[in-house]
Parts: sequence; C-alpha cells; structure tokens
Amino acid sequence: MKTGKNDLKVENGESVGIIAAQSIGEPGTQMTMNVFHHAGVSDMTITQGLPRIIEIFDARKNPSTPSMIIYIKPEFEKDEKIVRNVAARLLEINLSDLTKSVNIDLLNFRVIINLDDEKLGSYDISIDEIIENLSSRVKNASYEKNENSIIVKPDSDLTVINVYKFRAKLLSTYVRGVKGINQVLPVRYGSGYIIKTSGTNLSKVMKIPEIDEMRTVTNDIWEILEVLGIDAAREAIINEVYATLDAQGLDVDSRHVMIVADQMTNTGIISGITRYGIVGSKSSPLARASFETPIKHLFGASVHNEVDSLRGVIENVMINQPAPVGTGLPKLMVKQKKESKK
Amino acid sequence: MRLMDKVNSITFKIMSPELVRTHAVVNIINPELYDVDGYPIEGGLMDPRMGVIDPGIRCRTCGGKVKECTGHFGTIELARPVIHYEFNEMIYNILRGTCQCCGRLMVDDEVTKKYEAELKSIFENKGYKAQWLHTKKIVSRLKTKKVCPHCNAEKGKIIYQKPTRFFMEKTLLTPIDIREWLEMVRSEDCFILGLDPDAGRPEWVILNVVSVPPVTVRPSITLEGGQRSEDDLTHKLGDIVRTNQRLYENLNAGAPSPIIEDLWLLLQYHVTTFFDNEVSQIPPARHRSGRPLRTLTNRLKGKDGRFRRNLAGKRVNFSARTVISPDPSLEIDEVGVPFEVAKELTIPERINEWNLSYLTSFVKNGPHIHPGANYVITSDGKRKRITDQTKSVILEELEPGYIVERHLIDGDHVLFNRQPSLHKMSIMAHRAKILPGKTFRLNLSTTEPYNADFDGDEMNLHLPQTEEARAEASVLMNVPNMILSPRHGTPIIGAIQDHVSGCFILTSDDTVLKNSEAFQLLFTSGLEASDLPFKKEYSGKELFSVLLPDNFNFEREGLVVKNGVLLEGSLESRDIGRGGLFLQKFFIQFGPEKTAEFIQRMDQLGIHMLKLRGFSMKLSDIALPNNVQKQVNKLKNDALLKVQNLILSFESKKLVAHPGRTLRETLELMIVGELNKARNKAISLVKIALDDRENDAMIMVKTRAKGSMLNIGMMNAFNGQTSLRGSRINKGYSGRVLPHFKKDDLGAKSHGFIENGFVQGLNPFEFFFAAITGRSSLMDKSMATPKSGYLQRRLINALQDLKVVGDGSVRDDWENVIQFLYGDDGFDAVKKKSFEVSKKL
Repeated sequence: MKTGKNDLKVENGESVGIIAAQSIGEPGTQMTMNVFHHAGVSDMTITQGLPRIIEIFDARKNPSTPSMIIYIKPEFEKDEKIVRNVAARLLEINLSDLTKSVNIDLLNFRVIINLDDEKLGSYDISIDEIIENLSSRVKNASYEKNENSIIVKPDSDLTVINVYKFRAKLLSTYVRGVKGINQVLPVRYGSGYIIKTSGTNLSKVMKIPEIDEMRTVTNDIWEILEVLGIDAAREAIINEVYATLDAQGLDVDSRHVMIVADQMTNTGIISGITRYGIVGSKSSPLARASFETPIKHLFGASVHNEVDSLRGVIENVMINQPAPVGTGLPKLMVKQKKESKK
Repeated sequence: MRLMDKVNSITFKIMSPELVRTHAVVNIINPELYDVDGYPIEGGLMDPRMGVIDPGIRCRTCGGKVKECTGHFGTIELARPVIHYEFNEMIYNILRGTCQCCGRLMVDDEVTKKYEAELKSIFENKGYKAQWLHTKKIVSRLKTKKVCPHCNAEKGKIIYQKPTRFFMEKTLLTPIDIREWLEMVRSEDCFILGLDPDAGRPEWVILNVVSVPPVTVRPSITLEGGQRSEDDLTHKLGDIVRTNQRLYENLNAGAPSPIIEDLWLLLQYHVTTFFDNEVSQIPPARHRSGRPLRTLTNRLKGKDGRFRRNLAGKRVNFSARTVISPDPSLEIDEVGVPFEVAKELTIPERINEWNLSYLTSFVKNGPHIHPGANYVITSDGKRKRITDQTKSVILEELEPGYIVERHLIDGDHVLFNRQPSLHKMSIMAHRAKILPGKTFRLNLSTTEPYNADFDGDEMNLHLPQTEEARAEASVLMNVPNMILSPRHGTPIIGAIQDHVSGCFILTSDDTVLKNSEAFQLLFTSGLEASDLPFKKEYSGKELFSVLLPDNFNFEREGLVVKNGVLLEGSLESRDIGRGGLFLQKFFIQFGPEKTAEFIQRMDQLGIHMLKLRGFSMKLSDIALPNNVQKQVNKLKNDALLKVQNLILSFESKKLVAHPGRTLRETLELMIVGELNKARNKAISLVKIALDDRENDAMIMVKTRAKGSMLNIGMMNAFNGQTSLRGSRINKGYSGRVLPHFKKDDLGAKSHGFIENGFVQGLNPFEFFFAAITGRSSLMDKSMATPKSGYLQRRLINALQDLKVVGDGSVRDDWENVIQFLYGDDGFDAVKKKSFEVSKKL
C-alpha cells in the first residue's frame, strides 16, 4: 500500500493546469443556471451556480449581488441586542427614507424637511442625530430643528434650479449607516449571531469596533484586493469558487480551484480568464490567435516584430511537435567524448 | 523518422514589397482565367506557374505533382498604391506623431530618448500589452503638438475617416502622400510610435504590389457537366486585377482626374475586402448569388477558421466511429470492435527474423480475411497494397526490414472517446476485442466516465501507430488507471444500476442459495471457487466473499469486512458505486488491474444474482396500503387547509412579514414551505409503508442504484408543489396561471400544486403545471450547456501550459512560478485522497 509521503507526490511534468480546468469545467453542465437562491426564510439572495462561477473567473469589477458576511467579536456575538444594534447601525439610511414631505421655501431659498415620526421610531434615530450627520456631509448650509422638521438654509444664494438640485442632494445623503449596505439580516450562527448584508463596503465595516475584522468577508473580490491585498484576493477567489461548487453539491478537490486562483493573481492584480485577461497577456502570438480575435493578434504581432518561441502547448500542437508537458518534457542527453583536434 | 527537425521559433514581421516580388513567379495582368479551349491563361489568375490543382499535371515552376508542389505566389503590380486596411491604427499613430515636412517625431531629441527608455523598461517589466498601452499614451501627447521642433513646419490635425481615408485638416491624404510621408519617418522614431524597426518599414503597409496566393490555396472545383466553379479568393483577386487594369488604361490615356479617383477608390475597396470582407462602414463584397465572399481574414477567424479548425485540431487517420451498445461480458478495459472496422485499421509492424512467420501469416490472409494485412512497406520505403493479385509476389519477397500493416487484433490498445471530451476520462485506452456486429461494445461500468448511454450514442476509436504512442496509451491512459478521478480522488468507475441492486440482494442477510445455484452463479460470473468448502447451502455473503482477497478489511457503520470475508451488512452504491469508499480502499490496497477485475466480477455477480431471483419494478411495488393512502390524503388536505388559513390571514393583514421581505413574499414562502413539508411527510410515510425486501423499487432506491424516494412519492402519493425559478408558478395570464382559475386566486391548486400522483393520474391543470416546469428545466439546460462549454474552453486556454517541474513547483511555459508547491502540499489529488481514506479506514 502506498503510504509514504513521496509516493503521494504529483508526477513530474503532470499537466496540472489542464486537469484543474477539466475538474472545474466538467461539472459545469450539472450546475444550475438559476441566478438566485433562497435557501430559507432568512437568507439573502445571492448569485449561485454557473453564473457566479463565470462572474468570478471573468473577474468582473461589480458582482451582480454584492454581499457581506459580518462576524461579531466573540465577546458580543451571543448578545442578540448588541448584534441587532450593530446591524441597525450598518444599514444605510438616506434622508429620503425618513421624510414625510419636503417643501421648498422659494421666498427664503430654504428647504423644509418634514420627518415621519413613525419611520424615525422604527429606525430608532433622533432628529439631532440626523442634523449632525447631515451637516457633516452636506456643508455650506445651516440646519435648524423645528419640532418634527428640519429647516435647511444654504449659505450662499442659489438659483431656483440649484435649490431643487440642493434638495435632491439632501435627500440622497445618508444619515446613518455604512454607505453601500442596503440590507442587513442578523442570522443565528452556531451559538451566536452573524450579520448578512446585501451591498458591501469592507473598509468601512472593518472599522466598526464590535465587528470581528479578522473573519468578516465580502464576495466582492476586487474590493478585497483593494483593502487587503492580492494574497487575500487569491484566498477570496478560492473560497468563493469552492463555496459555490459546494452549494451545488459538486465535489471538487480544492487544489484545482487553487491553481486557477493562482494563475489569476500571479501578476499582482486580478486578471480574468478572458481574452483581455490571462489569455490576452500570453507572450505567444499563436496561442493568443488560436483563442479569440486571431486577426488582431497576428497584425499586432507583425507590427511589433514578435517572436513566438513555441514554448506552450497549443503552439506546438499547431506545428505538429511534441508539447512540453508530461511525456513531452524529458529530453535525451548524450554524453559525448571530446573530439580530438586533428 | 525525422524527429530532430524542430521548429525553434516563429517571428512575425511585415512583408516588404521586395520580398513579395522575389517570392512571386508571375505578375498577373489578365482578369480572364481560361481561354476558349478551357486552358488557363498565362498571366491570368490560374496561371499554371502558380501551382497545380489537377491530378496528372506537373507544376510549370517546380515540376511537382499535385501533392508535391505546394504552390507559388504571384503578384499584382498596382497602378496606384492603396492602404492595407489592417494596419490603419499604425498609420494613424505615425501620421499623428510625426511632421509631414521632415518626418521626424514632433518632439526634440531629448524627449525622444526619454520615450524610448520608458517604452523599453515597460516592455521588459510588463510585456507587450503594457507597451502598447504606453504607446497610445505617447501618441496622445504627440498629436497635440502643432509645430515641428526640427523644421518648424506647422502641422494640421490628422483626421481618420473610417475605413481607409486620412485627412489633414480638410485636405485628403492620398495613399501616395501617405507613402511619401511614411518613407521619411526614421526607423528609430517608428519604435516610439508602436512599430518595431525590425518588423519592417512603415511605408510597406501602403501597398504598391499585392501578393497573389497560389492556386493551391484557392482551388477551383469542377461541377457536373465540366463547368468550373472558382474559389471566393479567385473572384476577389479577379476584381482587383480587373480594376487595376482599367486604372492603368485610364492613366495611360490621360483620363480626367475624377474618373481616376473613382477607380482608385474602387481598387482600394477591392484590396480592402480581399483582406477583410467584414470591415464596418463598407458593404461586404458579394458573390453573384448574394452570399458575402469568404476572403482572407474570414478563413482564419472563428470556430471554423484555420486556427481552431485546422491547426489547434486536426483530422486524423486510423480512426473509426459507430454506434455503441452494451456488452456486460466484456472486461471493463475492453472494447468490442466490429470486423469491418478491424479490417480497415492497421498497425505497422517491422519484420525481423523472429517475427517473420508471425507477420507472414497476416499477409497470407490478405485484406479480406480478418487477422490479415492491407499493405506492406518494403525496406526502401515503397508502399505496396496487398491484393489477391499481388499477394503471392509479396509473400515471396517478405524479409526482415519490411513493414507489414496488419489488421487490428484482439489485445491491441486503442483509444476510445466520446464527445464532448470534458475530462481526461473521456479518452481512455481499451484493449480491442474483435466481434461480429456493427457497433462498438463496451462494459456498462465504463459508461460513467464517458457519460454514455445507448439511445443512439456514437463513439470514436483511434489506433496509435507508433510504439511510443502505444506505450503511453497503455500505461497512462488505460481504463484501470482511470478508476479514480483526479477531480475528487474517488472512484468514477464502479458498479451501477443492476450491479448495485444485485450485489445488495446477494449480500442481504437472508439470501441463501442452494449449492447448485451457488456454483452456477459463481461459474457464470467467471469466479473460481475451488477453496470454498462444500456445503448444501451458501449464504450470499459467503459467495460475495469469494471475490475478496484474504487480506482485505473494510468497515463502515453497518458493514464489516474482515480478512476478506463479508461478515455484516449489505453493499450499496456508496460502497461499490461511483465514489464508493469500499472500492477506493480496494484500489489503494490492490492497485488498478486487480480493481478493474474486481469491478467486472462484482458486476457479473450482481447481474446473475438478479437473473436468478428475478428483478423488476411493478405496480405492486408502489401500491400503498389503504390506511397509508388515507394518511397521505389527510396530510395533503391538512396542508391545503393550512394554506387556506395562511391566505385568509394574509388578506386580513394578520400575517407577520419576515424581516427584509414584503408581506406577499412572506406568504409565498410560507405556502411553499407548508406544501413541501406535507410532501416530505407523505414521502416518509410511503417509505415506511413500502420498506420490504421483496419490493424491487425500494431496493433500487435504498441502495441508491437508481431513483429516489421523491420519484416513488410522486407516483403513489402526490406530486406536490411544482417550482418555477424558486417560487410557485405565478406566470401566465394576468392574475392567474391558466384561464380556468379565478383572477388573483392565491390558492395552492391554482399556482402549481399537484395533488395527484402518477398512479391516480394528473388532471388537466396539473398536467400543464408539470409541463411548465418540464419545459423550463429544458430551457435552463440548453442555456447552460454552451455557457459552461465556453467557460471550459477559456479555462483550458488559460491553464494549459501549467505543469509540475522537478522541484514540485507549478510553472507556466516561461518557467514562471505559479505555485511553489502544487496545491500547497505537492500531493496528487488522487493519491492524497486515497491516503486520507486509507488512514481513516
């Protein structure tokens, strides 16, 4: 029986890239096309199955359903009250979510915002807090509290059109929460709670003190690259792809996912598996031409005096030579006696 | 064999007019192709000096016959130069970046040097792609300069009008002007503007001469009745020649300039469409029938283009394709090949003094009797066909050094393949077994990796021709070595369907066979039972244990194998089927060949056990006892009642919404939940009621041989709620799914709840619901297949050059490290999984 560690090693020259590609691609037909997945009553809708895999490998800048899983520090995670409080503070609330009506006082060039008591109560937010947040985000204006309404007077005189613009700006200003988080859902997780969100803003969320920044993740890989760096992005690709495959009930060894992630992040930024990404940046013009848009690559190659060194697989297939993988690698070495000079 | 003629590298450059002319053997001046007698005209496009396409004729240039002469190029000397469309971007860059007076870059020498250094360092650090991007940036800086720092000439704005016209401010730059301009540009400056000086001179892309491809590239075909039909390229070249000649004539006759200009533009159009017939803004050149011509770039592009059709994948000889059918008596690494196929596929074998009589026997049989031979190749390389006439002569001259191309015989390794070839198990090496009949036969256990069934599937067979290829096939690709899949490291070949049911019945606790039955079973399964003690009766477990080697142990909950004896429990699909741990353990312990044989014998045992006992799904297998049927009905009715109540409380706004959901969404979720709960409960009732060892349907479900409890429940309980895109069916007419329902009825039955099972039969509405979901799943599948196919193609293209090298790291084609240690542990997926399994068990 093979149990020695050396017996478990991969063979030299094994074409691990192709095996990885096949291992991920082959079950593709078994994956659902269903974009949305509701696992239960208390779950966010998240892109699943094949569309999600394609989205990750394309390295799209904006995932179709951005979402975060926010962990709470161990000392707080069991306290439902604290978790709910954190969740409430995460949710992005715009001024327009709280108003009953907004009037423009054209005589004095003022905006009068009438707040809805009920909504204030349900979000548990005070008028003072609103004013404080508003004034820090929309400057050049003075704010005045008047019972249930706020009177805003711009510092400089505005034209009529600009007053309307000013109103729109006020209404779309967020008065509480983290920008980008537009749904929060505290969910039981083990003995404690986690918060699932729709919308993502990793850098801001990580600064909230109750949050366990070590575990909190987002499904936006570019955001992870920006906030945490390329190694974290690699890890994120692996986790996301693996989780998606796992949710479909597909058993794929993680090493296959790893090799794709490594290839995608090898250059220090994320390059997608597209004609603009990994394949497009290959040095061999023949390999690029055989993938997509051959005309562009061939003329480009001729203008730049490019040399195809025929080191890859596809180039050698094209000219009927053994490809340098697997049994195509070993070369014969002949020991030659030095010829005596006559 | 010439193994050492290796191509080292291929360099891409711009072809110079001189090169075009030196390659050419003829200058084309005549737009006509053939004279009145049908012979090709000299100086016409089918000039015999450009190669041969008709058999029997020799090339006028090299004297070669049809397949020997690859053809020779010609030229068309253009009366006026035209722009090569595909180089427009480069021309535009150079025009914008240089002075029209002195041809120098629009910046002084110092900045020029700076740009050059920037580009060089970017290329070294980031490669071609980044260099191109930087070139664009430099050009956008240069184009704003209005005065040349070298000659102080003022320069206007260069405007590019698609597809082939350039203007300076409002004056047109003719190709002649552009050519003169480009001739002045220094090679060093070209580098900064994106043209490598080694690739060629910029003026070369303003064509004075067009290269005419040989006739072998554009062969004409002879239709019935002797009429010739020319290739699209010939048509296009004819247009160019015709226009060119007219332009010459008009120039010589001193025609007025509007006529000249029109003809010039027409020539430009023809040359442009000769290269690319899909240029936007200009109408594609069409055939007389209105079909767009397929010109040069069309030949390269796309799935059916030269690259993907003829270079990345090639047609092969020594292959066969036919329908497949099952044959359980074949070993799993065998494939049944029809005689007809075996007589066409040959293997070359060289005669030496030891195999002379062996190979002579093939020649004796000739091409028509099966283990025969079709050709011999003499020592000096002459190929001779064996026919009844030549046979006796050939037999006499056979001697060591000859090569005999003998028929495919039993035991030869062949490659067997089913498309789509999604993973490496889609092409495996089998041992051929020549059989009567016209289909390829394969063992049922190997259908799994091929994803094959027998509803008309066809498969391909390839015969490796060299000793190296055969060795690689039989060692690296043979079926036993593919039992474990590298995707997850667990078996992909194993017992399926009846094999599982049979082995389960055989190894059930109360299976006892008379000795006559027992020996019959073992014998037909090809097992030797000489060390089985003679008894009157044998238990099934004893008989199965005959298969197991003495030192095999396996244990899972409810199943114990000790020292090669099955002591407790019955085998199920999770043991011996796809992904079965039992099989995996066996593989680790005894290796691929033994495992392959084990699977084959086990399959046989299963099948013959079923033959002995009889096995068929019948109506009584799913008939529910009355009391259970009542319970099921009650469950269903209760659920329907609960749904009614839910709807009532929704309408009276008493329902509480789930967090983050609207009231309506909450109602939907709760209804679906309630109905699914009812179905699951009903299914568990059915499961308990039917659980019986005489119930064949339940045996299949329990052993996971085929089918699920849901399938059974849908037959005898009820179908339950159908789901469309994760919710109830809410589509169709406004407010209702079908016109038979009341508008805005939220009830279960009007939104896809099927209250009947297949035994009771579906009512018409329910039939529609089932059809809706059936169609939608069909649609989903047909959308997913091309998408996942494209994903796979992209993945393969991105990863194909990665390999493991000596130090255990993963490298790409330029030996860049992708992973320092494969999979972070350096282990093979298959071997590592096996190791984990063996440790656990």
